[in-house]
Amino acid sequence: MSMDSSGMIRAKSPRISELRRLIKVMCNRVVVVVGIGIIAFFILVAIFAPMLAAHDPLYTYLESILNPPSGIHPLGTDQVGRDVLSRLIYGTRISFLVGIFGVTIAGTLGMGLGLVAGYFGGWVNAIIMRCIDALLAIPPIVLMMAISAILGGGLFNVLIAIGFGMMPTYCRLMCAQVTVLKENDYILVLQTAGASSWRIMRHLFINAFPPLLVLITTNLGTAILMEAGLSFLGIGILPPTPSWGAMIYDGRRLLFSNPILSLAPGGAIMLIVLAFNIVGDGLRDALDPKLRGTL
Amino acid sequence: MVPILEVKNLRTQYKTESGLVKAVDGVSYYINEQEIVGVVGESGCGKSVTQLSVMRLINSPGEIVGGEILFEGQNLLQFKANGPEMRRIRGAKISMVFQEPMTSLNPVLTIGQQLIEILEVHLGMSRKNARQRVIEMLDLVGIPGASSRIDDYPHNFSGGMRQRVMIAMALLCNPKLIIADEPTTALDVTTQAQLFELMKSMVERFKSSLVIVTHNLGIVARYAHRIYIMYAGRIVEEGSCKEIFRNPRHPYTIGLLKSVPRLDDQEGKRLVPIEGMPPDLIQMPSTCAFLPRCSYSIEQCRVEPWPELRKVEGTKHYVRCYLKTEAWEQCRSHSATT
Amino acid sequence: MLNYIIKRAVLTVVVLFIVSFITFSLIHILPGDPAAAMLGDQATMEEIEALRHELWLDRPFFVQYGHWLSNALQGDFGKSIMYRVPVSEIIAERLPVTLYLSFLSLILSTFIGIGAGIICAIRRGSLIDQIVSVVANAGVAVPIFWLGLLGIYVFGFTLEWLPLQGWTSPFDDFLKSSKQALMPVICLSVTGSSIITRQTRSSLLEVIRQDYIRTAWAKGMGEPRVVFKHALKNALIPVVTLVGLQLRVLVGGAVLTETVFNIPGMGRLLVDGALAKDFLIVQAGVLLIAVMVSLANLITDISHGWLDPRIRYD
Ligand SMILES: Nc1ncnc2c1ncn2[C@@H]1O[C@H](COP(=O)(O)OP(=O)(O)O)[C@@H](O)[C@H]1O
Ligand SMILES: [Mg+2]
Repeated sequence: MSMDSSGMIRAKSPRISELRRLIKVMCNRVVVVVGIGIIAFFILVAIFAPMLAAHDPLYTYLESILNPPSGIHPLGTDQVGRDVLSRLIYGTRISFLVGIFGVTIAGTLGMGLGLVAGYFGGWVNAIIMRCIDALLAIPPIVLMMAISAILGGGLFNVLIAIGFGMMPTYCRLMCAQVTVLKENDYILVLQTAGASSWRIMRHLFINAFPPLLVLITTNLGTAILMEAGLSFLGIGILPPTPSWGAMIYDGRRLLFSNPILSLAPGGAIMLIVLAFNIVGDGLRDALDPKLRGTL
Repeated sequence: MVPILEVKNLRTQYKTESGLVKAVDGVSYYINEQEIVGVVGESGCGKSVTQLSVMRLINSPGEIVGGEILFEGQNLLQFKANGPEMRRIRGAKISMVFQEPMTSLNPVLTIGQQLIEILEVHLGMSRKNARQRVIEMLDLVGIPGASSRIDDYPHNFSGGMRQRVMIAMALLCNPKLIIADEPTTALDVTTQAQLFELMKSMVERFKSSLVIVTHNLGIVARYAHRIYIMYAGRIVEEGSCKEIFRNPRHPYTIGLLKSVPRLDDQEGKRLVPIEGMPPDLIQMPSTCAFLPRCSYSIEQCRVEPWPELRKVEGTKHYVRCYLKTEAWEQCRSHSATT
Repeated sequence: MLNYIIKRAVLTVVVLFIVSFITFSLIHILPGDPAAAMLGDQATMEEIEALRHELWLDRPFFVQYGHWLSNALQGDFGKSIMYRVPVSEIIAERLPVTLYLSFLSLILSTFIGIGAGIICAIRRGSLIDQIVSVVANAGVAVPIFWLGLLGIYVFGFTLEWLPLQGWTSPFDDFLKSSKQALMPVICLSVTGSSIITRQTRSSLLEVIRQDYIRTAWAKGMGEPRVVFKHALKNALIPVVTLVGLQLRVLVGGAVLTETVFNIPGMGRLLVDGALAKDFLIVQAGVLLIAVMVSLANLITDISHGWLDPRIRYD
């Protein structure tokens, strides 16, 4: 059986040529290319942070507290004398860390549960989906507050909160996709041929994945935004680690005398989140078969 | 007699990623009062686009680029597509029954909400009177329990019933012309026959003209007075129903006739599909578009451009083909023996 | 329809039950002792033990849960360690503030979002469409607490048009209250209106391609009727889902906005509670918010049934 049916499946799976087509369609649009450029820029900054930053982001220059922008400190220094630009550069690392791991946690849990719920249907589906509904009722920030009330802040706890907070969407989307896909002929062929559940679920997963790619892309930005919010509240990334949200929190008390302290990191957040959203949109349009050829 | 609709040299094109699709390329036809006319061709040959052009329902990336559509002496192409003049004609003087009964009715509005507004908008009737009229019409097209079903949603109806609703919708304002674009393609054979009988009796009763668009020559045989055969965005043959069935002249028509079952077929006769694919409407040759699929072509077909629609001597039959009378007689007898 | 509503309501009760369980176990399953966390580092073992006993923390898990749930159902959430008054009293004071702001911004963002979405869809590709699309894109990406700070800096500090921050009840001084509430409400609405605009636009564009819209044109209906009667109701189905989900986003936003503008609402209470390790407040707050969000989901589901007749009969 395996030759025949897996041949059919391969024909249905997103293939390399499909990937090329996607990239081609996306690169046809200037905004999307700009978005990709911005993301690439921030990735490079994150990787080469030690080389790009002129100062140690944690070092406090006690003799130059709250300096205005100058040649030595292009964005000035904060209230304890740390170089703002260097902190901004290192903050990129935290943001990407949170984005990537937050989405990984949310995606793995959510897609896994969604796959199981969609594949087995019936009671399994009902139980999983009710739990997901319940989780959906608790906003991620609120979830984080519950966690931090006991455990305090910190990167790991932030990731748990963000991961669980974003998980329900993955689960629902995956479940909906799988419920439709499993009625497809090629899955029925697999089933009649006696393929194991595990194998069928793998095929279902591969075919249900493309639309979730859009969610993953935009959620990379959402996670960064959430982390910033949590850190801004003082229950996220703990000081003195340079996180953009925490920098806004620190700078907030000096808003009127030294606005750049809080406004600069906010700009960085907005830029990277915007870039992820634009690329996500581009991806969605490129994947949408109904829009094919019109872009 | 002045026809109620006369289309002259209509050209409609779609701009797509892969090029300009000439979906309708110089189509001319007319419909007389109280006449039932069939438009027949394989799918993708431009039947729907032609009818939608008449209704001015062509959306981007499509565009009507030339021709005239004369209805009651006015050229419809002079009006704005969704302007007041067209709105007054659509649904009131020309109405349309679409192919997909499952998707052509709005799922979130009741049948009543979708039908009553037609009378309100076009005839200025009060809601109460309009409702009464709609119930009568639903009754007329054979929907049992019309007075209660009027408040049901489309998903409560079967495909055949929905198409009856569409027919009632088309008849409401007593239009001059009804265009039925493959109204029964999605339905089973028994329902198809019932619906055509219904449409025939309705247009006779309301004294309307009817255009039946279909890819099935067998269907129009029973109902149409006159038939147009379309191929690759053009009309290739025109004639009365009898003429087309007795003396088909275009090899494509002959092919179509061989590929559909007919009620008077002898048992054991094989159906022969036309070989090859319909042409690419983007890169059309100047020679006959059917040439690559034609088994009777002569030298002239290969060198000279596709001829215009020409009258066959001594008949009311028009055809777009170089084959001489003797030739097509030969090819028909040839087809009879195979 | 009634059947449908009852079915949805029953499901909501089930979900609420699960929510209460999650809320409770969050605090009690996580490694860490709430009593120790509350009392801080200097507390002696005896003090911690005494508090554990007082808070029923030394009982089996399910006994604790039952005790907490039955009390909570009667509106008793215990006594706050931080404020030394019953949690329910503090919440009664704080909740209306957040509800007021959230309600205003929910309405604002729904109206702006649907309105702008319709305009963009009808005038697709026009200058207005392009501008709105860019703004909506930015609106989804902007950190709202940062936007709030920017607003305070520009309109409060530099231009001196609006008060910097603070809160006054609309019943005490309506004008002052409105001035103070303006920026927070706008901040809170930014994300929602952007998301709703985008969804309305794309789903209306999707609906306009459908066969039944062609039928409406073919019946000779004019553009307003085609858009508002035939297309909008269909297009709003996914938008309603989104508006329902907005409450979830809104609560998150309220926490941030209340912090930025120094407003004594539920969000601020929760943050203070979390920072002070006052887990009774956090527990009560999480439960209440979850209940509100679930109720919003129920309303969403019912609106769905109203908009889409196919759902009612499922
Ligand atoms: N929206 C569209 N975009 C691009 N091409 C179209 C569109 N609608 C129709 N066409 C083209 O017009 C041709 C005729 O279509 P149509 O009139 O629907 O065929 P049919 O005869 O089956 O009704 C098709 O081959 C198709 O390529
Ligand atoms: Mg068609």
